[in-house]
Amino acid sequence: MNQPAIVEADLQAYVDNRLPADRRADVEAFLREHPDVSERVRAYVEQKAAIQALHHEELDEAIPERLLRAAIGQGAPPRHALRMSMISSRGPAWQIAAGLVIAIAGAAAGWGGRSQLTADRAALHRPQSTGIKEGESLPRWAAMAHQVYSSDAKRPVELGAQEKPQLVKWLSHRLQTTIQPPSLSAFGYHLLGGRLLSGPQGPVAQFMYQDTTGQRLTLYVSSEHTAGPKEGFRFAREGPVNVYYWYYDKFGYALSADIDQARLERLATSACKQLEAS
Amino acid sequence: MSGMSPRIDQQEPEPDARAVNEPPIDGDSAKMVSCIPRLRRYARALLGDPAAADDLVQDTLERAWTRRHSWRGNGDMRAWLFSIMHNLHVDQRRRQGGLTVITNDEASAPPARATQEDALALRDLDAALAMLPAEQREVLLLVALEDMSYNQIALTLDISIGTVMSRLSRGREKLRLLTSGGSGHAMQRKVR
Repeated sequence: MNQPAIVEADLQAYVDNRLPADRRADVEAFLREHPDVSERVRAYVEQKAAIQALHHEELDEAIPERLLRAAIGQGAPPRHALRMSMISSRGPAWQIAAGLVIAIAGAAAGWGGRSQLTADRAALHRPQSTGIKEGESLPRWAAMAHQVYSSDAKRPVELGAQEKPQLVKWLSHRLQTTIQPPSLSAFGYHLLGGRLLSGPQGPVAQFMYQDTTGQRLTLYVSSEHTAGPKEGFRFAREGPVNVYYWYYDKFGYALSADIDQARLERLATSACKQLEAS
Repeated sequence: MSGMSPRIDQQEPEPDARAVNEPPIDGDSAKMVSCIPRLRRYARALLGDPAAADDLVQDTLERAWTRRHSWRGNGDMRAWLFSIMHNLHVDQRRRQGGLTVITNDEASAPPARATQEDALALRDLDAALAMLPAEQREVLLLVALEDMSYNQIALTLDISIGTVMSRLSRGREKLRLLTSGGSGHAMQRKVR
């Protein structure tokens, strides 16, 4: 046998699946001859899976506002100022506080948070303000949610497209309307699935699509928009993400992707038609 | 489709939405924000205390923000943030325990003999993880949760690959003994 002897580091790398195929075969041969070592290695594999299982859900938790602020350079001093003005403001304080719940359940994020937070802060200094206007917040929330989940390689969606009936039923129930994800396959995007988030105004459904190159697109559907009807598509650029958004029958819709504006507009037009027809 | 004329409003930022002295939001902030869930999870697993974990994450983000110009845009933002967190955590351990930072990996061996009650408690993986020396826990968690390569871990923790491997194998073995009932005398055949 002219192979280098199996050492402890080989066993660890075997557990972590980081050995080249030939070395892996050597280790497997060694383990067959040494049941006690084999037993130990098996325990390590189980242990690693158990650690992963133990912390599996945590990536989906809402991010506290203070961490979002820290990540966008609005650390301690603004936080203090903010608390002070929240304590002193009366009347719409609750609504303002609701507007400050930056955590989209499940991990809000985004550079969009920066301008959002600044706007919130401005709102705090206007005592009569009722918080954030939807027109300001919808594209930003949508872009934040897009950034967080479209970049998630392992769990971009809570429920996959293979379980579409359950997905539609679940999200429709939570948003109290029938919501069928539009088909964007004519544009090369297939449905990956969706998830439920909580936005500033209530529950939010996010559907995610992907094309063959892995490019992802998200449709954000936000409920409880009580303001009057607003016509037309609007476009917003939030960091690297382009967003088309529109309102229809108390719902706000936003389609976000890191693709050019003209293409996104065609996708949004199609999505909009299908949603209103359904 | 009534009420859906293809009219496009280019939405301009609200005049008061961006203070004069605040630079526009850039992709770096976005990347930093998108790392928060991973930083939180790791910190929580490392410290065991969610509130303390979030404090550590906050300190990490604040430090990262003030030093963001030292981060080369093409590098691995996650590894950079994890190394900042590691350094802060080391500082914290040093302050709290007055311990030397380079602790002996053999320190804090599993209890030689566990009572029945201990054994039950030790089956709780979280509790067992908490009993590992922090240096070993770090490596185990970066491997399991972050799926980092040994080389990435060495760079993140500023240690050699040999040290990574030694902490990994010691940590795994201790955890195995702890979770299998805590009796430390089930000596296993060591591979050379």
